[in-house]
Amino acid sequence: MGIYLDNNATTRVDDAVVAEMLPLFTEHFGNPSSMHGYGAAVGGKIEWARGEVQKLLGAAFDTEIVFTSGGTESDNTAILSALKAYPKRREIVTSVVEHPAVLSFCDYLESKEGYKVHRIPVDGKGDLDMAAYEAALSENVAIVSIMWANNETGTIFPVEQLAVMAKKVGALFHTDAVQAVGKIPMDLANSEIDMLSLSGHKLHAPKGVGALYLKRGIRFRPLFRGGHQERGRRAGTENAPAIVGLGKACQLAREALPVELGQVAALRDRLESALIEAIPNCFVTGNPANRLPNTANIAFEFIEGEAILLLMNEFGIAASSGSACTSGSLEPSHVMRAMGVPYTAAHGATRFSLSRDTTQAEIDKVIEVMPGIIERLRKLSPYWTNQGASTAFQPVYS
Amino acid sequence: MWNYSDKLKEHFFNPKNSGVLEEANAVGEVGSISCGDALRLMLKVEPETQVIQDARFQTFGCGSAIASSSALTEMIIGKTVDEALLVTNKDIADYLQGLPPEKMHCSVMGAEALRAAIANYRGEEWVDDHDEGQLICKCFGIDAPMIERAVEVNGLTTLEEVTNYTKAGGSCKTCHEAIEDVLEAVLAKQGKKLEPAAGAAAPAPAVIGLDQIAPLAAPVTAKPAAPAKKLSNVQRMQIVIAALDEMRPYLKADGGDVELIDIDGKNIYVRLSGACSGCQMASVTIEGIQTKLVEKLGELVRVIPHTMMAAE
Repeated sequence: MGIYLDNNATTRVDDAVVAEMLPLFTEHFGNPSSMHGYGAAVGGKIEWARGEVQKLLGAAFDTEIVFTSGGTESDNTAILSALKAYPKRREIVTSVVEHPAVLSFCDYLESKEGYKVHRIPVDGKGDLDMAAYEAALSENVAIVSIMWANNETGTIFPVEQLAVMAKKVGALFHTDAVQAVGKIPMDLANSEIDMLSLSGHKLHAPKGVGALYLKRGIRFRPLFRGGHQERGRRAGTENAPAIVGLGKACQLAREALPVELGQVAALRDRLESALIEAIPNCFVTGNPANRLPNTANIAFEFIEGEAILLLMNEFGIAASSGSACTSGSLEPSHVMRAMGVPYTAAHGATRFSLSRDTTQAEIDKVIEVMPGIIERLRKLSPYWTNQGASTAFQPVYS
Repeated sequence: MWNYSDKLKEHFFNPKNSGVLEEANAVGEVGSISCGDALRLMLKVEPETQVIQDARFQTFGCGSAIASSSALTEMIIGKTVDEALLVTNKDIADYLQGLPPEKMHCSVMGAEALRAAIANYRGEEWVDDHDEGQLICKCFGIDAPMIERAVEVNGLTTLEEVTNYTKAGGSCKTCHEAIEDVLEAVLAKQGKKLEPAAGAAAPAPAVIGLDQIAPLAAPVTAKPAAPAKKLSNVQRMQIVIAALDEMRPYLKADGGDVELIDIDGKNIYVRLSGACSGCQMASVTIEGIQTKLVEKLGELVRVIPHTMMAAE
């Protein structure tokens, strides 16, 4: 059995989630819009799922939840809705470390639609430049879209505070919480957050389903028009099995939150401290004091991430890298570059993301094999000698 | 996950000839830490016979970069320096049973390191023409400035022409929108508009007697100016020299140059030098020169690299 430490990419669908979904394919296959018993049974399940999402988010009303196809659709819908609802406001505020679902979409809106986009920088630990954020806010801003937690480093942004600040200039506040939902507690009812995106497959539900939280009373313009589904806010026949799976996954996540914050965080810390101890010239990226409990991102200097992953794969260990080569682009991760991680380390940034399925035996196995993998690649590297780095090198933070 | 061949995996998991070669008398170092790959190639060349007796590498990079380096050393050990110079990046890729398009630059890095090492052995200066501009076409490593130059020099107006002249967008086609953006920007500067993609490819012009070397692609804009007046040999030579002079600044901008070697009837022999020689784009450059000369002379001629003279 392999060791899966790439849960920020996607998670295994929980057995209980699969069990909850299966009848929706076989027995309860009706269209929830239909005026008969087949439809009613499915409609009831969808409303149950909506309630479970509401509870996980700590939202005030279940009608604030709109089911979508996933994080990217939710992000695009939220941003576009705000721009359409407030046509006189022609500016967007976001951060430099957003997921491409937000960042690339903002690039498009800027270059093709003429919107002004403020991309708030981060410091060496990935924390947001609050002064720059405050300066960017004005009555011209239609929407602020800033992630709750970063997918590469796990660094958490103070979204509740950011939302309060956005509210003062009348801008809508959206957060891409795809990585944060189910990993940290949330209480949207008592926040100024207007919109939130979540994705099912990051929390043990299947791929292709997600949700958009829309605070009651905010202006909304749908992306899809057609049917009356989701109260006219997202037309199209509901992906009922996946929605029900998402509901079950949210229920499980709410119950497992103490595990996430306790056991998962402890295993992550065990992995991180052991690797830093055993391997020279590596350091943790992001803010160790303020991040998701499941994420460790370690930059190994003078070697390249794809090569690391290929060797790890030989041991059945799955992780992820911010290196250029894993994506086919020529630039290392925009998150590593935004934090000022030097190129010598950015290409070797390796993300280990755990889940409640991760065991201590698995972590100990990773601790055992990683030093050999790193040493093997450094022996091939021109930047490395037997005595260590071939040039005196001081990372900006360690 | 990349679809790597078994041969590539073999060279990544068990690289041949890695490490420092203490008795090296030729070293080539290419790549950049920012691009995520860098390679130091060390050769031991026997001065009498010019045979590469040993080769070792140190590589910072991904799986295919390490495998390309390993393959390169295996391919050149035992060859003379001149023989080794015939090894192209495509040969390295073929040796590894192919590379994913996005990874072709790894083989280019290997070929560049080899040329750098041999230049170092011969005491020549080697100019790294590895461009770090924004890559538009990742398959062929074409950046925006290169497309801009091709559009300006050749008066291109369609995406299809850009692909024919630069190869950009010719493989996976995912960069077509980006190419059109560049094209549109250049055309806007010239006060022209982007022509919509043609339904069918433009018919290839009749290229009489030029069948010995198939052109990379049909030069769409190449058409003889009519009516063609019979020119004397001296007049023709002067027109050719003037046309080459006109193109020289663009080649120099790329770190290269062109020299007229001979005119033999319809065959015009040139030597590409500097960064142009051995560049994977040399054939495109030749094609550009040919288009220009056809236009200026008003007759169909064939531009041939001087290295092909012996083969004729």
